[in-house]
Amino acid sequence: MERRAAQAAITGLGITEQGKVYGPSAVGFAVDAIRLALDDAGLEAKDLDGLLVNPGLSWGQAAQMGSFAVQQAMGLRDLRLSAAMNLGGATAGAMVMQAVLAIEAGLANHVACVFSDAPLKPPKPRDGSGGGSGSSGAYAFAGGLEAAYGAFGVNGLYALLASRHMHRFGTTHDHLGAIAVAERAWAQHNPRAQFHGKTLTLAEYHASRWVAEPFHLLDCCLVSNGGLAVIVSRGDRARSLAKPPVWVRGMGQGHPGGDPLETLASGAPLAARDAFAMAGATLADVDFCELYDCYTFTVLVTLEDYGFCAKGEGGPFVADGRIGPGGALPVNTGGGQLSSFYMWGMTPIGEAVIQVRGEGGGRQVAKHDLGLVSGNGGVLSTHTTLLLGREPR
Amino acid sequence: MSATEFPKPVPKATPELLPFLDAARAGRLAVQRCGACGTLRFPPRELCSRCWSREVEWTDVSGRGEVFAFYVMHQVYHPGFVADVPYPVVVVKLDEGPTMVSNVVDCPREKLRIGLPVEVVFEEREGVALPKFRPRAP
Ligand SMILES: [Zn+2]
Repeated sequence: MERRAAQAAITGLGITEQGKVYGPSAVGFAVDAIRLALDDAGLEAKDLDGLLVNPGLSWGQAAQMGSFAVQQAMGLRDLRLSAAMNLGGATAGAMVMQAVLAIEAGLANHVACVFSDAPLKPPKPRDGSGGGSGSSGAYAFAGGLEAAYGAFGVNGLYALLASRHMHRFGTTHDHLGAIAVAERAWAQHNPRAQFHGKTLTLAEYHASRWVAEPFHLLDCCLVSNGGLAVIVSRGDRARSLAKPPVWVRGMGQGHPGGDPLETLASGAPLAARDAFAMAGATLADVDFCELYDCYTFTVLVTLEDYGFCAKGEGGPFVADGRIGPGGALPVNTGGGQLSSFYMWGMTPIGEAVIQVRGEGGGRQVAKHDLGLVSGNGGVLSTHTTLLLGREPR
Repeated sequence: MSATEFPKPVPKATPELLPFLDAARAGRLAVQRCGACGTLRFPPRELCSRCWSREVEWTDVSGRGEVFAFYVMHQVYHPGFVADVPYPVVVVKLDEGPTMVSNVVDCPREKLRIGLPVEVVFEEREGVALPKFRPRAP
């Protein structure tokens, strides 16, 4: 079989308006994102024969058969591949991987992969109701015994990891802050970013309020309403579409199990092994990174786990501006989920597509042959790696 | 509205948690022990992740351990904690091995650190004795 011809590429990218955008439901944002991605690729709805959906936390009951909900909402007929998937922040990479596997097996031609969420509600008149702020309630995972101790939310779970990393390796708030500052600097060149036009200094990072010490507010990702979709297409069809294909050069997953508090490690080493072997590439071939950044700390650990620096040396590695604009290793070039918008793992994939195509405008990296994209879910529990490039493997 | 109108959550006496709560009421800290391979575990789970056995018993532990990881919570997720923020949430590594999410009491922020030796104390909350930890001499 002619395997090269059957390779897959990302051919369409759709990003809705992001952030405090009200009106569409979560399913509605998914539909909007897919429409934008089809337009971007020069495809029509009837060309789609695969649909993979990652329902965000606000989907509620619709998440149960999320891909069918989107199919019905769009009136799609005769799909050959359909699933709702959930590996937390690693889902986006897993959806692209699933699409590629189906395409390379001859089971689909054009697969839409979409994430959407609408956790933010419009501001209400002041009537004294409600406790807490924002949508934090929607993201409160803990219950039962942990709730009795006031141990709520994901912020604390990652803060525990950060506290141990600081204890074991001497990582500092300056190190974490360097990541927040670098991503904010990138966001100044991304008009879609929620923090576009709002610069950040290290001093301002330190002054931001604590949420779960050692995390300041600005260690944590944004909360966003919106949708983001990509179309993954058969290679021989990808070349004739509207935009240059972004080839899936390598892909892999790694789900380590066990207790990350003991290891302080993600599934990146396992996922990277498959992805780099498939691509026939090494770290030295990577021109830029789009790393899953639910927190500053996640970026630091992910850089270590891919081997850009040794375990425990992520802090000094990022401290000198290395990952910001003009740095030696561009990371999260659109501002990441800390400073652009939070579409789970679709934010890094979307930015990688923009960079590989050369559509990055003021934030375009000079060399963009190969981008490393990570996804991370749970508490360093699930991981995906995608290597996206300008040429097929 | 005063904090007293919003009591803190009380652990439900589910079948899984009842032996833990009963032990705590009697002033003892208990964890699960696999009936097949003897591995200790907490929080309670149906299966031993080491040997997959469903055989399980509860065993008392010393209540001594050290702070393994911690954060200081500044956000209010539940109105019962309005008057408490900021408060420490800790993972205690028990001398016997398992880890346990809890709070450290009688410990100013500047004394709280990873490696701090702690021992269990029991806080009364609506008829439940909630195990917490306080600093102890090493
Ligand atoms: Zn066992």
